[in-house]
Amino acid sequence: MSHSTLAALATPRADYSYAFLDAFARRELRRRTLKAIAIPGYQVPYASRELPIARGWGTGGLQVSLALVGPQSVVKVIDQGADDSVNAANLRRFITRMSGAATTTDALQATILQSRHRIPEEILREYQTLVLQVPDPEPLRAVQSDSSRAHQMHADADYGQMWLVLYEQLVRYRQYLQGASYPSLVNGRYVISPSPIPRWDTPKLHQAAHLTLLAAGREKRLYAVPPYTDVYPLEFTDVPFQVEDQRDWRCRHTGVQHKFMNELPLADGSAGYELSDSGYQQKITAGTAPGATYYDDQGNFYHDGYLKPPVRPE
Amino acid sequence: MTAISNHRFVPNDPPRLVATPPLLRAQGLVKHYGRITAVQDVSLEVYPGEVLGVVGESGSGKSSVLRLLNLEEPADAGTYTLELPGWQGQNLLRLERFQQREVQILHIGIVYQNPHLGLRMRYTSSGNVAERLLITGERRYSTLRAAARASLATSEFPLDRMDDPPRILSGGMQQRVQLARAIALRPRLLLLDEPTTGLDVSVQAMVLDTLKRLQRELHLAIVIVSHDLGVIRTLADRVIVMRHGRVVETGLTDQVLEDPQDAYTQQLVHAKL
Ligand SMILES: Nc1ncnc2c1ncn2[C@@H]1O[C@H](COP(=O)(O)OP(=O)(O)OP(=O)(O)O)[C@@H](O)[C@H]1O
Ligand SMILES: [Mg+2]
Repeated sequence: MSHSTLAALATPRADYSYAFLDAFARRELRRRTLKAIAIPGYQVPYASRELPIARGWGTGGLQVSLALVGPQSVVKVIDQGADDSVNAANLRRFITRMSGAATTTDALQATILQSRHRIPEEILREYQTLVLQVPDPEPLRAVQSDSSRAHQMHADADYGQMWLVLYEQLVRYRQYLQGASYPSLVNGRYVISPSPIPRWDTPKLHQAAHLTLLAAGREKRLYAVPPYTDVYPLEFTDVPFQVEDQRDWRCRHTGVQHKFMNELPLADGSAGYELSDSGYQQKITAGTAPGATYYDDQGNFYHDGYLKPPVRPE
Repeated sequence: MTAISNHRFVPNDPPRLVATPPLLRAQGLVKHYGRITAVQDVSLEVYPGEVLGVVGESGSGKSSVLRLLNLEEPADAGTYTLELPGWQGQNLLRLERFQQREVQILHIGIVYQNPHLGLRMRYTSSGNVAERLLITGERRYSTLRAAARASLATSEFPLDRMDDPPRILSGGMQQRVQLARAIALRPRLLLLDEPTTGLDVSVQAMVLDTLKRLQRELHLAIVIVSHDLGVIRTLADRVIVMRHGRVVETGLTDQVLEDPQDAYTQQLVHAKL
């Protein structure tokens, strides 16, 4: 009489499943990802899997990260710039527990960076992949609620209405209003919503050395900005796009300027500022030299001439 | 009847007609909506600088013809050509969607009776006009402003209202915004579907004056649909009369309106007298 346990009878999980996804799901996600890379900015539909977290909490990014991750990977998870928020910690723990990958808070150590709402301040490198969580992938949503019509508009590169929205903003407010998710043209062809990153981060996608993958779990779409691809925010040639003006803001912990800051209400009623990128702040506090940053200490962007001085239209 | 009294008979100039080919040539147009035949074997020609009137009772297919000419809907049969550089001799009805869109945007302007069909009511009036240039890739804000201002001025729209949304404008002003939008890219063909119906008589007269002036200055070919024979008399060089989706009579405006041959046209003309 043999003493076979249930576990002994079952096929070992590792044979067909790794990092939570089964082989079929992984293969599908990777194929979709390749397609997205092949057609920069094009939204590729994919079969969004159920995960043990709710849709809307980064499931799109998580699926892409799980499809990419391997035991040698080093993973950093960012939520609004911070590594230590409950949400980021949860995702990080899940990815590493399922894959055996290492984790880091150092942006330059990571091979996979999954992020919500931010791109790190340090210039990412060719060996890195940035996975952005996307709540709504459709930049045309505001002007076209019918998604099959929007699909056709992308096919025709019919973005007149998006430009019209900018025209209207300039007529009424003499400046572009959109804050986060600033619509941007990828590779001269598709307009994307770059996920709700601040305008400050949008230029970082332009001619970037790293690969950016953007994935929406609820909407079941993913798209990509491959390395060294043109990304331009929609702007009229005579009224340039502007990033957030935080020139006078100084981090109260590190004294750093010209990086993206969070505004904090202080006890005395005044406002204080601190670096939004907590990994970057950690390095400075620890006295470790950070890597080169997209914006230098004078606030100049690393691609000369990409950002232009403000113009107030008549 | 309308208040337009300065009717001027514009004779068709035979040498010109012989020398120039028609800008628009449509043959055997057919359009069904389910079991309804809206357009049945309609053929028409319009020469550069000519105004063709389309009259007929409600439901006779006038708007449907205009939608086909504007490449808004697929036709079930027929050929449609425009004498435009690069597009000569091509049946526009058989083009790819993106090609149709190009022809439509660059060369055809349309004004609808219902401004909701032709305008974005919540955007600025100038934006409604500028959108035409945005679609063709204009990316200078100052150029867009200037072009919108120029087109609105040409259609005699009060420029101090140019950044008001059409939603809060009068009917006459809304039609002028539609007109400015239609001519923003200087098309060769202008389609007007009851452009003055619903406006009060004096406003209607002013809009008609603008249309006449524009037609002269821009040398547009115009197809105008109207119930109102007075409007047709004022603007059109030639007329086609439609009934049940077919053309029942065609000829010079004065001929058709003064001396109709077809029994139905006789009824129509006499009913309006
Ligand atoms: N989208 C549509 N779907 C179904 N039937 C339609 C549609 N558009 C028009 N029709 C039908 O086609 C016929 C012709 O309509 P059309 O609107 O062209 O007439 P019209 O001559 O412009 O009339 P009116 O003078 O009332 O504007 C009508 O019987 C109409 O009901
Ligand atoms: Mg009609």
